[in-house]
Amino acid sequence: MSTGTESMPEDATDRVDELADLLGSRALTREDHVNAPGFVVNPGDVQDVLFDLREKAGYDHCSCVTAQQYEDRFETIYHLKKYADPTDEVSIVVPTPLDEPVSQSAEPVYRTADWHEREAYDLVGIEYEDHPDLRRILLPETWQGHPLSASYDQEKPQVVTLSEHANPLEPDHEDPESDTMFLNVGPHHPATHGVLHVKTVLDGETIAHIEPDIGYLHRCEEQMCQQGTYRHQIMPYPDRWDYVSSGLLNEWAYARAIEDLAEIEVPEYAQIIRTLGSELCRIASHMLALGTFALDVYGEFTATFMYTFRDRELVQDILEDLTGQRMMFNYFRVGGVAWDLPEPREEFFEQTRDFLDELPAKVAEYNDLITTNEIFQTRCIDTGVLEPDVAKDYGCTGPVARGSGVDYDLRRDDPYGYYENLEWDVVTRDGCDNYARVLCRMEEVEESAKIVEQCLDVLEGWPEDDREVQANVPRTLKPDADAEVYRAVEAAKGELGIYIRSDGTDKPGRFKIRSPCFSNLQALEEMSQGEYIPDLIASLGSLDIVLGEVDR
Amino acid sequence: MSSDEPRQTIHGSTAPSTDTREARMGEGADDRFNSKLREAFGTSPFILTKFDQFMNWVRGNSMFMLQFGIACCSIEMIHTYAIKHDVDRYGAGVPRASPRQADVMIVPGTIVSKFGPRMKRVYDQMPEPKFVVGMGSCTISGGPFQEGYNVVKGAEEIIPIDIHVPGCPPRPEALIYGILKLQERIQNGESSPVVVKPYELEEFGDLPEDELVQKLASEIDEDDLVMRYNWADSP
Ligand code: SF4
Repeated sequence: MSTGTESMPEDATDRVDELADLLGSRALTREDHVNAPGFVVNPGDVQDVLFDLREKAGYDHCSCVTAQQYEDRFETIYHLKKYADPTDEVSIVVPTPLDEPVSQSAEPVYRTADWHEREAYDLVGIEYEDHPDLRRILLPETWQGHPLSASYDQEKPQVVTLSEHANPLEPDHEDPESDTMFLNVGPHHPATHGVLHVKTVLDGETIAHIEPDIGYLHRCEEQMCQQGTYRHQIMPYPDRWDYVSSGLLNEWAYARAIEDLAEIEVPEYAQIIRTLGSELCRIASHMLALGTFALDVYGEFTATFMYTFRDRELVQDILEDLTGQRMMFNYFRVGGVAWDLPEPREEFFEQTRDFLDELPAKVAEYNDLITTNEIFQTRCIDTGVLEPDVAKDYGCTGPVARGSGVDYDLRRDDPYGYYENLEWDVVTRDGCDNYARVLCRMEEVEESAKIVEQCLDVLEGWPEDDREVQANVPRTLKPDADAEVYRAVEAAKGELGIYIRSDGTDKPGRFKIRSPCFSNLQALEEMSQGEYIPDLIASLGSLDIVLGEVDR
Repeated sequence: MSSDEPRQTIHGSTAPSTDTREARMGEGADDRFNSKLREAFGTSPFILTKFDQFMNWVRGNSMFMLQFGIACCSIEMIHTYAIKHDVDRYGAGVPRASPRQADVMIVPGTIVSKFGPRMKRVYDQMPEPKFVVGMGSCTISGGPFQEGYNVVKGAEEIIPIDIHVPGCPPRPEALIYGILKLQERIQNGESSPVVVKPYELEEFGDLPEDELVQKLASEIDEDDLVMRYNWADSP
């Protein structure tokens, strides 16, 4: 089981030595994190070091970029992983002085660093040299101050503009010479699945330039978590990141990080319940993705949409029985889950099994309705193409990456919970297009059903006197000061990672959320360049983003 | 006349046949047209009412909702529209994508500073008379995110709200209850008074000069619309 820190096996020590050799004198000191070895490098060496790590050591996945302020310095941490083996991690720590927080940008090495560094600039105030476009990303452009930096004063008034957006390529169609037209999609638009704003420039009907503009739902989730105590006050918030019924998956991300940080061993029984609940969440989440996608690409508000919502209602009923709420479960606890399965257990098992029994017929129905539908295929096949290399460069994960043939699933590659002991497969598709992503999700629903089924079997046979749902966790959790951890789980949309730095109190010193949607959405630009505008909408739908998680 | 006879063999009078009509009319109003409405009207097809009252009654029973998804609450809102809860049963189930066709706006989620001006704009685009249902704790007070540096503490800071539905998120049943309450209010001709809200859209040039305004003067045009945001100042 993955909870608790493992002592480092021998080959890992070798690996670290090799890395130290590779970095040579560029590594100033070591600063190890609970999850990975860490090397401190100079702000001027960032590109050089990262480039070597990618090319020579194979760290092709820049999972997350964390920025934070200490009393005496700013710090940027690049959390690197390998797509082939996500347990092989390394952190590159870049300190910058308080009076001149400038460091080299990682964007030329990893495309995904673009938005991550913009966020770091926006919220913490670190500047990145060489960055192609260092602007605010979450907060309005006219915002004053950097809210997660030490000197920020929340009481100060701000001014937000509602101005017209300008065509970035050339003056607009009012000008007779111009060929392009500027079009705002969103922030209030039914196809954006929330409050996303896509600034689009059209040349005829094809897309000449797009830029997603996010931050319309930036609810300060990281600040909220930094103000809460580990034990109880943080857990309600993950439900609200990816709110499409993925609550338990998100809660697991936080639970996993804090359990590793505080070295808490979760009882096996609780792990099985967690696995069961999470996979039900995944089914509900993928159902919504399917229904809204059908709505997006062929205006199917009646049949498919309603069918998927019918099935979601069934899953939500089961989850409500288990957790007590339909959406915001708050069911996980640090070290386990809140309570055991609902009584009478037989009824719960029966209800869940009924749902699973009917599922194959429903999936077949969806295939009849949607995936074999000619209109649907015309809209989806070979549109929104995302090549595997590009997907990796943008840090895409989840069904978006697996639809492009990137075989990456943390449930299998970095096992946690009870997944290791169950029989199931990771679904990948080589299509790289919208169609592949949709099929990927539909097949994942079937795999999730398999997992749930096996969990039910195990739970049914579990001895009655051994049903421990929570480990013994102290009332106030105070992990060691300066312990740092970055842990991720496979949420419905991809790799959901949490970075926590403890400052010795019962609240985190820094709490950073790596949202899969944030990275996935970045790839939209690449996917829709030169395509027709309806294909942009289809691509956006197939990315299956949730703005609560993009903006956090 | 049975339908298996070939049509060509149908003969007889060419005069309009009225026997069934007479049978149907019988005496007085026909039972088969007896609806609730008919019962209320009695046998005479006329009612006397005030035009206002009639309009309110119609308005309440045919509400066009704005399709407006913001945050987590919007998922429960979609569930309310969808199968099982089906708010269409109450004449309120056709979401309109454009604010210009809608007369009820459900605000389902957290409003943050960047979205505030946009929401105000959407609200302004709806034709009068318009009504707003605030869904969830976030639209009441900022909910779980009230402490956030970027969060508007309740939608009522920006637009007038007729009905608040508490919950995080409210269950679909709760939202339906709220919608029914709104129908009741509309039928009684009530709506929230439109007052000046703390957060209004103003032209930048109209803002009182202060340190911040001076600082931003180089970035924002005089006649750009802006909204002030003041976390500390709201309740
Ligand atoms: S009230 Fe709760 S569920 Fe609704 S938007 Fe706010 S946080 Fe989300």
